[in-house]
Amino acid sequence: MKRDRLIGAILLVVALSAISGLALITVFIFREGVPIILRVGAGQFFLSTDWEPSLGHFGILSMIGGSLAVTVGAAVIGVVFSLGLAIVLTQFAPPALAAALKPAIELLAGIPSVVYGFVGVVTLVPLIRHSLGGPGLSVLAASIVLGIMILPTITSIAIDALQAVPRSYVEGSIALGATRWQTVTMVLLRAARSGIVAAVILGMGRAIGETMAVIMVAGNALALPHSLLDPVRTLTSNIALEMGYASGDHRQALFATGVTLFVIITLLNTAALAVSRRRAGRRRVG
Amino acid sequence: MKVSPATTQRVAVGFMWTLAAITFAVLIFILAFILAHGLPHVTWSFLTESPSSMGREGGIFPMILGTLLVAGLAVLVAAPIGVATAVYLTEYTREGRLTAVIRFGADCLAGVPSIIFGLFGFVFFAITLGMGLSVLSGSLTLALMVLPTIIRTSEEAIRAVPYAYREVSFGLGSTRWQMVITVVLRSALPGISTGIVLSLGRSISETAAVMLTAGSALRLPRSLFDSSRTLALHFYILSREGISMPNAYATASVLIIAILALNLLAYWLMRRFVAKVGR
Amino acid sequence: MANVKFAFRALGVALAAVLICAGCRKTSGPSVSLLGSTSIQPFAEVLAEQYTKKNPGHFVEVQGGGSTAGLQAAANGLADIGMCSRALTAEETHQFTPILIARDGLAVVVNPKNHVTKLSIGQLRAVFAGRVTNWKDVGGKDGPVRPITREEGSGTRDSFVRLVMGSERISRRALTQESNGAVKELVKGDPAAIGYMSLGLVGKELAAVTVEDAQPTVENVLAGRYTLVRPLLFVTKSATNTAAQSFVDFVLSSEGQGLLETEGLVRAR
Repeated sequence: MKRDRLIGAILLVVALSAISGLALITVFIFREGVPIILRVGAGQFFLSTDWEPSLGHFGILSMIGGSLAVTVGAAVIGVVFSLGLAIVLTQFAPPALAAALKPAIELLAGIPSVVYGFVGVVTLVPLIRHSLGGPGLSVLAASIVLGIMILPTITSIAIDALQAVPRSYVEGSIALGATRWQTVTMVLLRAARSGIVAAVILGMGRAIGETMAVIMVAGNALALPHSLLDPVRTLTSNIALEMGYASGDHRQALFATGVTLFVIITLLNTAALAVSRRRAGRRRVG
Repeated sequence: MKVSPATTQRVAVGFMWTLAAITFAVLIFILAFILAHGLPHVTWSFLTESPSSMGREGGIFPMILGTLLVAGLAVLVAAPIGVATAVYLTEYTREGRLTAVIRFGADCLAGVPSIIFGLFGFVFFAITLGMGLSVLSGSLTLALMVLPTIIRTSEEAIRAVPYAYREVSFGLGSTRWQMVITVVLRSALPGISTGIVLSLGRSISETAAVMLTAGSALRLPRSLFDSSRTLALHFYILSREGISMPNAYATASVLIIAILALNLLAYWLMRRFVAKVGR
Repeated sequence: MANVKFAFRALGVALAAVLICAGCRKTSGPSVSLLGSTSIQPFAEVLAEQYTKKNPGHFVEVQGGGSTAGLQAAANGLADIGMCSRALTAEETHQFTPILIARDGLAVVVNPKNHVTKLSIGQLRAVFAGRVTNWKDVGGKDGPVRPITREEGSGTRDSFVRLVMGSERISRRALTQESNGAVKELVKGDPAAIGYMSLGLVGKELAAVTVEDAQPTVENVLAGRYTLVRPLLFVTKSATNTAAQSFVDFVLSSEGQGLLETEGLVRAR
């Protein structure tokens, strides 16, 4: 009995140190980053495109625009392919084939981002440059590469969402004479809508956090992109490119960029949670 | 012109299958592209020699060791701590606001970009604590990065164990710890292991956070306090700087094969988890 | 029961193995760590290889990161020697001791398919500032110009700004790469690209432009005709440890300088 109490105490200490360790990181990042936002002025920091650390100018609007552009692009590509995959695997593929293909999707998730970036640089970028013009290193290239990278995330959550729809919905629809496809569009997708939206939001969260692949294919130019073929710099790339030599205010500005990312991810997570909870709520009532 | 539902279905389903086919084609293309260019160069000497001339010649042994040290140590540190935390949160505390907040925090941190952990690790471990660019800095940073994920996956696995198991154990007179060890952890082990194996995969692939905490030294590290280059970082440098494309492909091939093996392991463990707990 | 006990035991063994492995390898040979300029990095690696061949048991570690990172590493102890590919500012000379190890030309590189072979400094400035956007404006074929620049902490970039740009800023639309090698790869693949990099690293796959009627060769750098030149420095904070001093002595010796000359740099002495 005493040993049990001792073990409980050890577990408590370990758990407390782990949690406080993680909390400390959050506090550290905010403590390093927030002061400079206040000093420079939140308006100046978030709404100015003037990023010139040597002159003390810290405006991250270009990078916010860059992150937004590639994330939305990735989400568009991701949603199209993931939904297609999820629908095919849950509704139209024979179960044996579906069971074999699901781990293959997980495989996509395991490929390192530097490999994605590399394949993108040697195949996709020259293709874009020759056929569409521009440097090839562009919003388009980054969106495509990121879209492929977040595919597994969106697909697996979408599959869960589709499979969670009660069979009675599907059977009822078929019984009323609808084709399988009509069932999918009019019943399944509507019932699983919140889950799918949550999947896309979480996919976007992954896309916005991606660093290496984006550095390799996006071009890292400081100007706001005006077209899909323009090069961009994202928030994460900016940190990775400059953190090796940044000091003083510059380093704090990078932490502030980190704070921005942290807040965005938290908002996305909260949104995803809220969306999926709404689905559960609705089911209970209906 | 009215299109019949049957035709719509055929077109739509055909389109869906095309999307699926494209996805798998891309996957196969990426794997084939790297492995076809790289496997011919993966020889025994490549795997056991050290690089020379910036990586243009020689092998990748220090990188293999570096990867094992940095990623392995990270998981060795994070796994016991993460599982213990998960056990405490599920078995030793009551469900309430505090646990919900902790869970939300862990979920958020699990989604925080790895570059931010890298930034933290660089400033805190390498500079403030004076560990410098070293295996130690790198693995501690990665440990912090995968800790939230391990806590969450372990927690999910433990909570999936049916309460009946616990009741039976208590009914037979076991203490809480005995119950945890013999019943809960045993049943949840495959699920927990899956989370750990996936975290190992993530640590091995990680480049940005490692670049500025473990550094990019080419030499074999003499101890945990020396800098060391991981496989992913070596591949990045070789390919980005055009130092040696054949070696870059070969490095990537080794990396991919290692990750494939890990994925298979995780998949096999997950199958056992489903069989055991019957979900 | 057996499963979990086994897991614990395996964990313990693994931990012990790693710690033992880690501990026993700590040899006590002298060690030097260098960090900084990606321009100097390949040359430092060559020097390190030769040095360790002559002095087995010595351990030399070279990392990149950029010139400014090198200075900071020297300042906060992250490395013994910082590698810097630009002249130090007045403020910096108070903090650090710079040691000139070589001089390096700054080459302006274009893709071999590009027909433009000579540019004036004024034209270079216009191109990189974004004022000239078409190759035909500087004597080439009709087509967009794509300037490539380095990250802010790069000594190469700093030197380029000081020598060419003057008070004008590099275009915000310029693509940014984080090392000489990355710039080289990009220019190799894009016929419309133009970038700047270390002369010693250009190699045969790129075309270096004649600037102000002087061809970018080591002879012209020595003779002073090619004016885009910058110093390559090893930077330390006051007192260095003996191992670092020994390495620096090797680099400044005739053997070390000869090695750098073969690699395409201009001797310091």
